[in-house]
Amino acid sequence: MKKAGRLAIQLLLIAFCLFYLFPIYIVFVNSFKNRQELYENALAFPGTFSLRFYSEAMEKMRFARSFGNSLLVTTVSIALIIVLASMTAWMLARRDNRLSRFIFMTYVATMIIPFQTIMMPLFQVMGWIRDTLHIPMIDTHGGLIYMNLGFGSSMAVFLYHGFIKSVPVSLEEAATIDGCNRFQTFWKIVFPILKPTTVTIMILDVIWIWNDYLLPSLTLSNIDKKTIPLSTQTFFGVFTIEWNLAMAGLMLTIIPVIIFYIAAQKYIVKGVAAGAIKM
Amino acid sequence: MYRKGDNAWYALFVLPLTLVFVTVVVIPFFIGIGYSFVKWDGMKLNPMTYVGFDNYSRIFADSGFWTSALHTTIFTLASVLIINLLGLAYALIVTSRLRVRNAVRAVLFMPYMIGGLILGYIWQFIFSDMFKNLGQLTGWTRVFFNWLLDPDYALVAMIVVTTWQLAGYIMIIYINGIQSIPDDVVEAAKVDGANFWQTLFRVRLPLLMPAFTVCLFVTLSNCFKMFDVNVSLTGGGPNNATELMAMNIYSEIFLLSNYGYGQAKAIIFFIVIASITLIQVYQTKKREVEL
Repeated sequence: MKKAGRLAIQLLLIAFCLFYLFPIYIVFVNSFKNRQELYENALAFPGTFSLRFYSEAMEKMRFARSFGNSLLVTTVSIALIIVLASMTAWMLARRDNRLSRFIFMTYVATMIIPFQTIMMPLFQVMGWIRDTLHIPMIDTHGGLIYMNLGFGSSMAVFLYHGFIKSVPVSLEEAATIDGCNRFQTFWKIVFPILKPTTVTIMILDVIWIWNDYLLPSLTLSNIDKKTIPLSTQTFFGVFTIEWNLAMAGLMLTIIPVIIFYIAAQKYIVKGVAAGAIKM
Repeated sequence: MYRKGDNAWYALFVLPLTLVFVTVVVIPFFIGIGYSFVKWDGMKLNPMTYVGFDNYSRIFADSGFWTSALHTTIFTLASVLIINLLGLAYALIVTSRLRVRNAVRAVLFMPYMIGGLILGYIWQFIFSDMFKNLGQLTGWTRVFFNWLLDPDYALVAMIVVTTWQLAGYIMIIYINGIQSIPDDVVEAAKVDGANFWQTLFRVRLPLLMPAFTVCLFVTLSNCFKMFDVNVSLTGGGPNNATELMAMNIYSEIFLLSNYGYGQAKAIIFFIVIASITLIQVYQTKKREVEL
């Protein structure tokens, strides 16, 4: 009896999971249908699996280009966040004076500021840098990466700082006695120990930067520079939406995410949990 | 262990990131307060005029802003409640000894991986054309019609999509909380004769308060700041009925070009979010128990 009950619950759960995934199913089946088929029955399986709409969608959203842009912005931003935030957090944790505490508290306190409060003045500052220092901060990947670095720094410094506090300092002292300078001590001894936090930050930042919409939409206007979320927008005009084409486009943007999710699921679940718990 | 040259090392390690951080977050935040006291259309050639607290007093008479604040409040309260209940229920299921638990966890978390903008577009099709289509096919036109054209149902649609996105994420945090409850405490309760519900309400849930603090904070701030799903699912429509505060501020600044006035709204937005989340964290932290 108890066994049968368990089986029933498991079957129920599987049914629930299938139901949970049904939006993805809808996108999948309708990405193969022509307009008429789609409006006949949106739930039905397509008659033929033609990839016509996929190639059309790829062209319309410049998939290869925007995918490359997203990849570039995401990887470079995260690499910089990890390198600079770990160095900063280590110094702030190890030289525990009033200045360090003040800087650290500033990083932490600003986490509560919503992006909407900063976005307009931020672009005034970026405009000022462009006009007076002649560094192209607006409508460039470099500028976007710079801003991502700024917005990602608080959480990364916070997570690294917490972890470093729990690592005994003796190992670093031994390295110093052996003649390592600060730079060598950090990269040879400390950074490898920080790996769990590094993985957590990588995971959290991939999800954030890859999907980020508002900040890139404010800075990137050149069509050749758009990232995936921005290029997906091209299917959703003001007047009519060609849903079959849009579905193929949406499927194209979802597939890489699902592949990444399946490949790194273990790290993702752990990273997301670790990141949230320390908040 | 201070050594010669330590200050140089300190600067080398701390300055690069802090410089970026100051120019991207700290300076914009402070000059943003300044911008909230001027009237300006964002054009460089046009002058800014100092108007004192006029922008702030104007907000009190701005019915559009208050409507969006009301919608944001309803949306946030409903979403936070549903997401946390579902997330906790999912977590309890997934931490049971059922064989399908890992697959269930993987499926429930997946929507969080897909960004809010994309999710909104997917569901836009479901709530508009697909629901209309289903209504025609089944004849149940009272359930299946274009939800996004009805002001109330469109807000419900926002809640549904947000729940679909965040419940699995919240589940992960609750799972961690549940797993950190020592087995012997639960066992002891069972030995003392507590049934499933008694152990749940008297032992497991009180010990879950730390996870609860985090989950409430995450859902509150996420829902209150919701923008992406708003843009892609309803676009604020029909007739601004689903325009949330973040979108109202965005349109005031970048679409209507009221830079000073929009910035004053943005400052109010910051104060509201900061107060709500700090009060919540303080209140729930107080209720955390230690073993």
